[in-house]
Order: sequence, then C-alpha cells, then structure tokens
Amino acid sequence: MLPLDQADVDTDQIIPKQFLKRIERTGYGPFLFFDWRQAEDFVLNRPEHDGATVLVTGANFGCGSSREHAPWAIRDAGFRAIVAPTFADIFKANCYKTGLLAVTLPDSQVRHLIDLASEDPAAEITVDLEKQQVRGDGFAYRFEIDAFARECLLGGLDEIGLVERHQSSISAYETQRDAWLPAVK
Amino acid sequence: MPSTLGQKLWDAHVVRTSPGEPDLLYVDLHLVHEVTSPQAFEGLRLAGRHVRRPDLTLATMDHNVPTRGGARAADELSRKQMDVLAENCHREGIPLHQIGSRRQGIVHVIGPELGLTQPGMLIVCGDSHTSTHGAFGALAFGIGTSEVELVLATQCLPQTRARDLAVTVEGDLPLGVTAKDVVLGLIGRTGISFGQGHLVEYRGSTMRGLSMEGRMTVCNMSIEWGAKAGMVSPDDTTYSYLERRPHAPRGAAWDAAVDHWRSLATDPDAVFDHEIQLDATRLEPHVTWGTNPGQVAPVTGRVPEPLTDTDVRALRYMDLRPGTALADIAIDRVFIGSCTNARLEDLRAASKVIAGKHVHPKVRAMVVPGSATVKRAAEDEGLDAIFKAAGFEWRNAGCSMCLGMNPDILAPGERCASTSNRNFEGRQGAGGRTHLMSPPMAAAAAVTGHLVDVRELL
Repeated sequence: MLPLDQADVDTDQIIPKQFLKRIERTGYGPFLFFDWRQAEDFVLNRPEHDGATVLVTGANFGCGSSREHAPWAIRDAGFRAIVAPTFADIFKANCYKTGLLAVTLPDSQVRHLIDLASEDPAAEITVDLEKQQVRGDGFAYRFEIDAFARECLLGGLDEIGLVERHQSSISAYETQRDAWLPAVK
Repeated sequence: MPSTLGQKLWDAHVVRTSPGEPDLLYVDLHLVHEVTSPQAFEGLRLAGRHVRRPDLTLATMDHNVPTRGGARAADELSRKQMDVLAENCHREGIPLHQIGSRRQGIVHVIGPELGLTQPGMLIVCGDSHTSTHGAFGALAFGIGTSEVELVLATQCLPQTRARDLAVTVEGDLPLGVTAKDVVLGLIGRTGISFGQGHLVEYRGSTMRGLSMEGRMTVCNMSIEWGAKAGMVSPDDTTYSYLERRPHAPRGAAWDAAVDHWRSLATDPDAVFDHEIQLDATRLEPHVTWGTNPGQVAPVTGRVPEPLTDTDVRALRYMDLRPGTALADIAIDRVFIGSCTNARLEDLRAASKVIAGKHVHPKVRAMVVPGSATVKRAAEDEGLDAIFKAAGFEWRNAGCSMCLGMNPDILAPGERCASTSNRNFEGRQGAGGRTHLMSPPMAAAAAVTGHLVDVRELL
C-alpha cells in the first residue's frame, strides 16, 4: 500500500501539464506526482513503499482536469487499485477505462488503511473485485461498485465493441433526431 | 410525471436503456482538441475503426498553442500534437480550426459563438470545462480520452443517470459583482466536491438577468465543485444570442426550434435531490487565497485561520499568513483569459476599469482573448488600444496561462491575479501562485499592483 494522506488531490498534481504533450497512451509512470516528488520525503520516494500496488488516499481524489493521463500514470507506476472515501466523477470513469479499480470505502475504513500502511509499510491487503472486498489481517471491508464497471474490469471487455452491438438502435435514434440540429459542415 | 430540465435532456438522448446497465446516450456535438485526442484517434486506427459522424465533430487547437509567434513558436512536442490533430482530422474528414485560422479559439468559446451550441443538445469534449455549454440549456460534460475514442467510433456514450441539484440565485448583483463572484461565492459555501454525481440547474432572477457570457462563466465552473454538468434553462436571452449565428437554424426551422426550446424547463412540481439558495444582493467581489477554488473569500476579508490540513498546506504553498488583509497581497502577474472569462463582455468589463490608467510598474499583465473572433471584435471596438495603452500585452487566442501548456507560464514564486478557473498548485507554472477573480477585479489588481476591491476604482 502507498498511503497518501491528503484530501482533494487534483489531476494537475497527479500528472502535471508538461507531460500531456505526449501522444502515447503509456510511459507516464516516471512522471506520476512529478512536482511533489521533488521533495525527498514525499511518500512515493520512500523505499519502504516500493512495489506498492494499492494507493490509499483522501476524499475527492482526482478532482479537476479530465486528463486520462492521470490514471495512466498511476497504472504505469505499478498500481492496480486506488482506495478513497470519494472520487471525482470523471477521474473514476477514466480509471475504469484504464483497468484501474477505484474503490470507495467509508472515511473510518480508509483512515484505518492509511494508518496501517503508514505504521507498517509491509502490511498487505487484498482488493478482491470478484467478492467486492478489501481484506487484510483481521478485517474485511465490503465495497460497492457499479455492476457494469465491475463486469468490464473483470472481463476486460471492449466497450466500443459492446456499443457497436447496438448499431440498429443507434441508427434508429439518428433517423428521428430533430431536423434543425446543427452539423459542423 | 414532473421532470427537471436535466432529466428531460437526459431522456431525450437515450438510445437504449436496459436494467443493470448504464443508459446509452447519443451525442449531438463532439468537440475535439489536440491534447486529449491523439491516443483516441490512434486507438481507432489500430482497431480499423473510423469516425461515425465527422459532421457532428469539430476540432480546434487551443490548449498548447503559442499566443504570439504562431505555430513556429511552439515547442517540438506541442507542434507534434498540433500536426497529429491536423492529420487525424484530415483523414477522418473532421473540420478543424487550426492555429492562425479565422475561427480558431478555445473549444468552449468557439462552440457557442459559431451557434453550434444550442438548447437541448448533448455535448461532450475531452475537457472538464465542457459544462460551459450548459448555459444554453444543453447537457454538456467533460470526458476522458477512452470516452473520446468511444464517441468518435459510435457517437454514443454509456452513462449512469445523474441526480438533480438546484442552485437558486435571487436578486440584483451589486455594482462590481459579476457572474464569476456568483460561482466563486457558491463554491466557497459548498466546497469543491458537493456537486459530485449531480446535474446542476442554476435558476432564479439573478441567473435570468445574466447575459449568455455570464451564464457561461457560472456553468463553466460547475466542475470546480465536482458537478457532472451545470445548466440554465433557455429563454429570450438565449435565443437572441443564437439568432443569426453561423450554425443557428434559419426561417421555419428557427421557429420550430424555438418552439421546442421553450419546453426545456423544469416542471413546476419537479423535485430535486438537493437545493441550494444564494442571495446575490449580499455578494461581494471574491478572490481565492488557497490552492483550490473553494478556498475563497470576499476581497474585503482576510486570509483565514486554517481549518484543515489542506488549508495549512495551501497557506504554505501560497506563502500567506492568516489574518493578512486580502487587499494587501501584492501581485507580479495578471492573466485575463481562459474559457471562464475571455469573451467579449469580459474584455469590455476589464477595459472599463483600466481606461486611462496604467499597469503597475512591478506587474506584467496580459490579455488572451478566448477566440480569434473575440479578438477581432474587441479590436473593432478599440479594446486592444485601451489594453495596450495601459501596458497590457495583447495576445492571440488560446488556453494560454490558464494551464500553462504553452510558453505563457508563471515563474516559481510569482503571484498572479487570474480570471481562469483553477488555482491548483503549479497550475499556471510550477511554483506559481494563483488568485482567481473576475475580469474587473484582475484589471484593478493590474493597475494597483495588489489584490484590491474593484469597487474602489469604479
């Protein structure tokens, strides 16, 4: 676990703007929290958290800019799941598309996880999407997740392919759109 | 059953609904820019897919365009991103407003000014400030790059239904108080995450009295308190703004459209999940003191005692002490621009404050119009001359120092009075310090060299 004990972490901090100029979808890991990482004691720089795969953090994580580069950077740095009391809407949606699991737990349970990870960096937890559970030594916390997002994450479903299956509904919708609606050309 | 405006807009775009699945919504207009689209186009190409409706897709260059010196002034990566957008648009037949072209500008400024943003539409863009378009009674929200790819391929987007939140603002705005102060004052009360999962409808006499530009400013910052979307029911102000714009309907189609648009209002008995009231008559000009838009206070106030760890951290970053009068804070830079406040009306309001005055000798100030069209219109009425005479730099259109992806950035430690939307750490340049405010307030700060109550200059 990597404990980032802070609320309202915005996507400008997760991945600063200068790294949005890349046209690739991968390779953002080294730039995760780039500015904050300049401080030697920033939690991501501490060797005892090397290899962490779960980021545990405060409320409203991922607020601000819609940049999907934020979850890409977290994923590329080796994380598989983020646990927080709440997430910003766009960030959460972007996580699911990226294959990152955003887990929402009550404040008190997140507090427990942050304290646990801070006091015992070697403590291990399991984030079980199948059972919708965060488990560790002596605790098991149930979490809720949108059923469709869960299915997509577990099955690795191609969402575009899923939508394309509804081609006939889309075409039918298009025929009844109002005639005055604008076209760009 | 009585329904809210938000739910009416949602219902009108449902292509398919099925229990246990998100609704599949149809997108009427997809706006694209250079920063959040390259990976989406690449995804399409790798899968052998094409853009389903290039006729409902519009691209512009805004986020990293230099605001002087043209494309050649851009760094190599930015230029590459612009080139890639041009190639992608050419290949897929998407109209593109390139840097240097007559209609180029910030994506949320050009949609409305072209008349492409209309009531009743569903509009998306890979940018969180897409909520701006809700000012027309449209359902508009920001999406990520994977969703951009999905919309390019299918013109649809699966979405879980959002809840309803009403913000009612009543009364006349006092002199010197603007739409920006309405939304900053609101966020100061609610905090920066209250809107999560909600479609916000802004209503009440104050909203009715605002121009389209003012309504756009308010809707633009919906995302700054976490809302999914923000919107205002259309009315005669909306129709007169739209009429005769290049893409607005004409003749009989216009009459039919207006007839329909008049139905886009919340029914009298509809129930919201939450309601918030705001008294506009008691609002003052606001400035932010911290590192998120909720850390804000009337300019007549002082830097507050920190209440949370976030506040402590913010004061340290901003190098401010509790108890300092906000009006005593000296600034180094002024930025008048961004999708929040760079429309013609914003530039007019700022120019009135500085006319006949000069930028403080210790301050560097710039105006970045929201679009090439805004820039021309401002020049036609001589606003550029007022700004230049006062010592402002008069630049070309783009997002510019709102997010500092182009050469316009703050140096570490510099303090900026900015009309943009985010005061996050490093937002305008690593180590830079941002104070958000209205265009007249930023103009007043430029001439006095410190944060100041603009009412003292009116």
